[in-house]
Amino acid sequence: MVSKIKTVTIDGNQAAATVAHLTNEVIAIYPITPASPMGEWADEWSSRKQPNLWGTVPDIVEMQSEAGAAGAIHGALQVGSLTTTFTASQGLLLMIPNMFKIAGELTPTVFHVAARSVAAQALSIFGDHSDVMTARSTGFALLASNSPQEAMDFALIAQAATLESRIPIIHFFDGFRTSHEVAKVISIDLSIIKQMIDPQHITAHRQRALSPEHPVLRGSSQNPDVFFQARESVNPYYIAMPGIVQKVMDQFATLSGRQYKLFDYVGADDAERIIILMGSGAETAHETVDYLTAQGEKVGLVKVHLFRPLDSTALLEAIPTSVTHIAVLDRTKEPGADGEPLYKDVLTTLAQDYCSDNSRFTAMPKIIGGRFGLSSKEFTPAMVKAVFDELDSVSPRNNFTVGIIDDVTQRSLDWDESYRTQANAETFQAVFYGLGSDGTVSANKNSIKIIGECTDKYVQGYFVYDSKKSGAVTISHLRFGDKHIRSAYLIGHGDADFIGCHQPVFLERYPMLDMAAENAIFLLNSSAPAEKVWQTLPEKMQQQIIDKHIKFYVIDAYKVAESTGMDKRINTIMQTCFFSISGILPKEQAIESIKQAVEKTYGKKGKRLVEFNFKAIDETLQNLFEVTVPEKNIPDKIGAHLKLQENIPVTATDFVKRVTAEIIAGRGDHIPVSLFPVDGSYPTGTAAYEKRNIALEVPVLDETLCTQCGKCPLVCPHGVIRSKAYDQSFVTNAPDSFKSMPIKGKDFEQTLHMTYQISPEDCTGCGLCADICPIHDKTNVSHKALNMVPYTPALREQEKLNWKFFLGLPEYERASVKSKTIKGAMLLQPLFEFSGACEGCGETPYIKLASQLFGDRMVVANATGCSSIYGGNLPTTPWTKNAEGRGPAWSNSLFEDNAEFGLGMRIALDKQKQYATELLQQLQPELDETLVTDILTADESSEEGIQQQRQRIQRLKNKLTSINKQEATELDTLAESLSRKSVWIIGGDGWAYDIGYGGLDHVLASGRDVNILVLDTEVYSNTGGQTSKATPRGAVAKFSAGGKPSPKKDLALLAMDYENVYVAHVAYGAKDIQTLHAFNEAEAYPGPSLIIAYSPCIAHGIDLKNNHQQQQLAVDSGHWPLFRYNPQNAKQGINPLHLDSKAPSIPYREFVETEIRFNMLWRTHPETAEKLLEQSQQDVLHRYHFYEQLAGLPWEAADANQPPHRKLATALNQQAQSSIQNNNENNPKSNETNTEQPS
Amino acid sequence: MIDLTTQYLGLSLNNPLVASSSPLTGNLDDAKRLEDAGAAAIVLPSLFEESVLHEQKQLEKFVHSQALGNYEADSFQPVPADYNGELDNYLEHLQNLKSSLNIPIIASLNGISNSGWIDYGKEMMQAGADALELNVYYIAADPAQTGEEVEKHYIELLNRLREQISIPVTMKLSSQFSSVSNMVTRLQAAGANGVVLFNRFYQPDIDLDSLRIKPHLELSNPMESLLRIRWIALIRSHVELSLAATGGFHNVESIVKALLAGADAVYLCSVLLSKGPDYCGVLLQQLQQWLTDKEYESVLQMQGSVSQSCAIDPAAYEHSNYVNVIKSYHS
Repeated sequence: MVSKIKTVTIDGNQAAATVAHLTNEVIAIYPITPASPMGEWADEWSSRKQPNLWGTVPDIVEMQSEAGAAGAIHGALQVGSLTTTFTASQGLLLMIPNMFKIAGELTPTVFHVAARSVAAQALSIFGDHSDVMTARSTGFALLASNSPQEAMDFALIAQAATLESRIPIIHFFDGFRTSHEVAKVISIDLSIIKQMIDPQHITAHRQRALSPEHPVLRGSSQNPDVFFQARESVNPYYIAMPGIVQKVMDQFATLSGRQYKLFDYVGADDAERIIILMGSGAETAHETVDYLTAQGEKVGLVKVHLFRPLDSTALLEAIPTSVTHIAVLDRTKEPGADGEPLYKDVLTTLAQDYCSDNSRFTAMPKIIGGRFGLSSKEFTPAMVKAVFDELDSVSPRNNFTVGIIDDVTQRSLDWDESYRTQANAETFQAVFYGLGSDGTVSANKNSIKIIGECTDKYVQGYFVYDSKKSGAVTISHLRFGDKHIRSAYLIGHGDADFIGCHQPVFLERYPMLDMAAENAIFLLNSSAPAEKVWQTLPEKMQQQIIDKHIKFYVIDAYKVAESTGMDKRINTIMQTCFFSISGILPKEQAIESIKQAVEKTYGKKGKRLVEFNFKAIDETLQNLFEVTVPEKNIPDKIGAHLKLQENIPVTATDFVKRVTAEIIAGRGDHIPVSLFPVDGSYPTGTAAYEKRNIALEVPVLDETLCTQCGKCPLVCPHGVIRSKAYDQSFVTNAPDSFKSMPIKGKDFEQTLHMTYQISPEDCTGCGLCADICPIHDKTNVSHKALNMVPYTPALREQEKLNWKFFLGLPEYERASVKSKTIKGAMLLQPLFEFSGACEGCGETPYIKLASQLFGDRMVVANATGCSSIYGGNLPTTPWTKNAEGRGPAWSNSLFEDNAEFGLGMRIALDKQKQYATELLQQLQPELDETLVTDILTADESSEEGIQQQRQRIQRLKNKLTSINKQEATELDTLAESLSRKSVWIIGGDGWAYDIGYGGLDHVLASGRDVNILVLDTEVYSNTGGQTSKATPRGAVAKFSAGGKPSPKKDLALLAMDYENVYVAHVAYGAKDIQTLHAFNEAEAYPGPSLIIAYSPCIAHGIDLKNNHQQQQLAVDSGHWPLFRYNPQNAKQGINPLHLDSKAPSIPYREFVETEIRFNMLWRTHPETAEKLLEQSQQDVLHRYHFYEQLAGLPWEAADANQPPHRKLATALNQQAQSSIQNNNENNPKSNETNTEQPS
Repeated sequence: MIDLTTQYLGLSLNNPLVASSSPLTGNLDDAKRLEDAGAAAIVLPSLFEESVLHEQKQLEKFVHSQALGNYEADSFQPVPADYNGELDNYLEHLQNLKSSLNIPIIASLNGISNSGWIDYGKEMMQAGADALELNVYYIAADPAQTGEEVEKHYIELLNRLREQISIPVTMKLSSQFSSVSNMVTRLQAAGANGVVLFNRFYQPDIDLDSLRIKPHLELSNPMESLLRIRWIALIRSHVELSLAATGGFHNVESIVKALLAGADAVYLCSVLLSKGPDYCGVLLQQLQQWLTDKEYESVLQMQGSVSQSCAIDPAAYEHSNYVNVIKSYHS
């Protein structure tokens, strides 16, 4: 019986999670893109007490890593719970050891995987099958979904099949393309789910559970005599599995009307050429095959669902006997293999069949294999067509690729980019360019929902972003149509019926009307009035509007937003424009639907927001104007002055011009293989080429007020504001508007001048520099030495000129810098600049500071997270080098191993130095003795000492060239290791407190000279705010919707437990000089150093323009005490612990009231909030008191190897003993009583 | 036994002492103590339009905004199943008071804009408020705005509120009107059931370290009561609506004076904050004693007996005080 159809407009993740939550009891997860939303959905539903199928609310547990999640799942399964997880990529790899166990023990479970690339030459969060393919040998079945609908359907089919078959299943679908594609999905009625999940199988699962009531031993250790046989004992289950899956699929078809096969065939019955593949690409291939067969082509497609266990009979049955040519496409790469997994399985199946006595084929089909779509690379009908064409060629190439230009091994197929299927003409296609912060994406998701739910139309939404966290560009691709949409690819050039440009600055950055179809509609948000907006368009765009007969509309959305209380949120306004001019829905109906959606979002509790939105919707229509388009453009009369930006200077390297610049321009897809570094090494210093001009306001200095304190360059999260001290003679050639001041301070020659200069095009306008500026005009306190002013085109041009001049000024001599003062340290060139971190990021000032102080000798191991994304996501990197070519060398290994990764670097550098020293000593007779002695005894504790050593090494290298010995050649390659290198291990709290803590702990214990910088945002920032063990008590975060009940882990105290670890707790916005001291001391300390840096984050629910204020509140409330623990002091008889902040001076409440992460709890769980607040208040008081006692202990050199807390414990113990003794002496009776106590 | 009852906003009060908006009335236990001490009614702390708006905008920015345009961090805060905003908490407190106390509860709305926040009044009524105090916190700082426009704005707000609710409404006013009497008369015409004279604004202060502006509130002092007494005396005979005196009523003498001048109720705030809710009982006892000593039969008997229209020297309310005070100062 097919139940009544009910549709929901959701993405693939939500579709899968819906079923997973309904059919499980325990869900153990760890966040990883692009699977995180599945866990978040499940957590949200459970936090809302939404029950599963059997009326109980699933228990969601967030673990410290995927390995931990897998362990927890294994345990939960063993005691008989229905258990699941969601993961991807490296996360799945971390689960593999447990997966062998889970499968080996025939334990039913489904792991839902949003399949993603495994990091190789680079990390990539995008979709392919390289992760699930690594799990082939675990014994898990592999079941592929190709669309959001299938993600829901197969989540259920998998659950039913695993329970019956006892084989655990990886249910996977393509990361992003399916996991994040919004589509209209037919929901599965609860009654169907109930019928699909047979209670008998659940009972059987529970009966197999470990229980002391009927104990067994499971997970034994076996010897050669039996392991093999036992391993083979499961064969019958794997043989039965495909049949069970097909049976379940058939049952599902009966109930839902949607029939799936293990291998679904579509296409001509008499097909000669077919493609076999799985995942979202199959949908695109399906669309193309439909189009080609309609034209009479004899082509077909096998869509693989159950990849493992492979049912060769079912696969063969799916292939028409007429087939002569088969192309098997894999969305993965196995370097060195002679074909990818699916190809090889198909080949084997066909070969075995052909060798059998009763082959289906009269001739063995020609089978070729190829790769496509790695890391969400586009896979279009044109590429499908190219594969069919290849099959039609005289000698079809094997081991080909499609979708890239491989000019190295010549394996790529050519494709015709202009090729389209009929689907293109059957859908309304719209593309929107917006900013992450302007709500464009949420508006579009809402539009899809409206159309999906108000009409019979099929819908599709897919969203493309750049990797920046500030000023991120979003491109929304929306399709609406009367037929099922299988187009799992982006809207192509010339195809969009509607283009929305929500930010006028994009006009000069993106050739967006290339996307427009003939007679398309173009909507622009611009402050230019309708009669003048034409002149603001680039000439090319004007011509496209005329040539393609585009209807052009304009609205000043920010003006409407401002006047209606919407502040800078233009989402509803632009959405209203879209509906009113696209004609996709009757206008009145659309507007009514938008209003309903607004009410649903904000509800009764957001009444004012509803009111503002309604007002904005109504005013939008009055402010939307159609622009009169000239019939024929005459550029010089029309006055177009904008051109697409090309920022790459002629002096840039060839690589930057041919690769970096192309990626920046959005043409990365066209870069051929030959241009890529084979080992993933890229030049640094490239962020400087990416001029984004995203600021609305930039700082301007009033040099008459400036006291040259240096605070502004210190706090700038983006390295945009710089200081330089230079000889006054340079001023002569400066541009007129260049601001130069005679230098202040006794540390400097008085002939010097000082300048604070910004790079206007790199500024994000966060305003923190002006915020920290301590100098006010005495006659007008609102005017400071640094003031934010509107970023006008004139100011941009002026400051570009000044910046160029500033860059040409010489850097201040490092050896002369007084780096223990803020002003002095800020004269050091930042070797971390213009990152794409959030405006006002609380992390980057620390990294920048380290780069200034030590950048020319830094090697960085960077854990995966925000810092690896703003630090190393192509196209550009903020890490850069100085005029001498020196700068930080950076690498990201994994999330979990960063401490070990950095330790490896240290060990190798030390080993190299040791070997170089040995070689130097061996070669001493042939070298200048003084030089050798000087090198070996060099004091590199100062900049001057480092410079001198570098000069000595250069002299050494010069001499080595004249020594004809193998040792000399060896030493030449290692000579640089004789100079000091600074190893920095950088990462966030998710790494340091959770997934990487084991490694971190080991590295701290190693005693090696590494500097560990923990950028503590107290939450997993990069993946969207999940709870970590750094999350404070009472904070609301994902997986702590009811407020985190346990306190933040005291990582500093744990580190201090090792007697020889330098530890600092810093917050630059509260006490910058303490931060500076900590960095200098940490780097100088010859053992492990740990700096835990408080980093306000947008995830805290604060406006980052208040970054410094929040740091101050954190310190003043005792949430973040400032201290330094220097074991070297202990050796000198000084207490190693030094408190740098005073006792909590404000109630903890004053701190938490200012941050949404805390105060949200008062709105949801007020009693819990009060209780947790009270505990937190006690926590901070106790902690400060504890540290105060430790820091106050008298110290002697003899105590050097004793951390203060152990000394305190000893002291307290002695005190207690003494007290007991005194009591006993004074109160003999109590003594008697005590003796009666049981021991 | 002296009859202390009074009529205020059409409500029958056991006596004229009303606990004004303060943290005490925002706490259920303190509110019970106030009732036990004899407070005839309580006015809840104001629900501030500015505060509710700020809260909603914060939620919009950090909670409702979920599609931030990032592949990984597309949102940060979990969207709660439900949350209690300030309005919800306010209504819940109001309901708790209604079910725990027997005396009338007056809810208070504080805002300036002529917009949807007025609707909150309806919800307060539905939650059980016996009356509503509209506290128009308006600083007419715009030099282009005339006094007439400001007054019109007050009337419009009242009109909008009246359209929404059927319970009595009283307007809490500042003394800064060109013509207080005229304003009160117009408010009466527009449907106000009473006025509360006078509001005390939070005064911004300058922090001498940071040179930033910080809000500042000081408790009232007894001298402030005189301004209220004067205006109540001046207005009493011109209007029918209820008059409440608020600001500086710390002792029985000032309370008596307000009643003599024509107040229907006297609001107590600072005195209760500094001396505790039980002090209401002390004042009540002293009032009773005063009435006994002076041989009054009831509060009603004395109310307005020294208003301008009944005063021995009515003109003294208008001008002669000034001359006398100056003279006495010099002498």
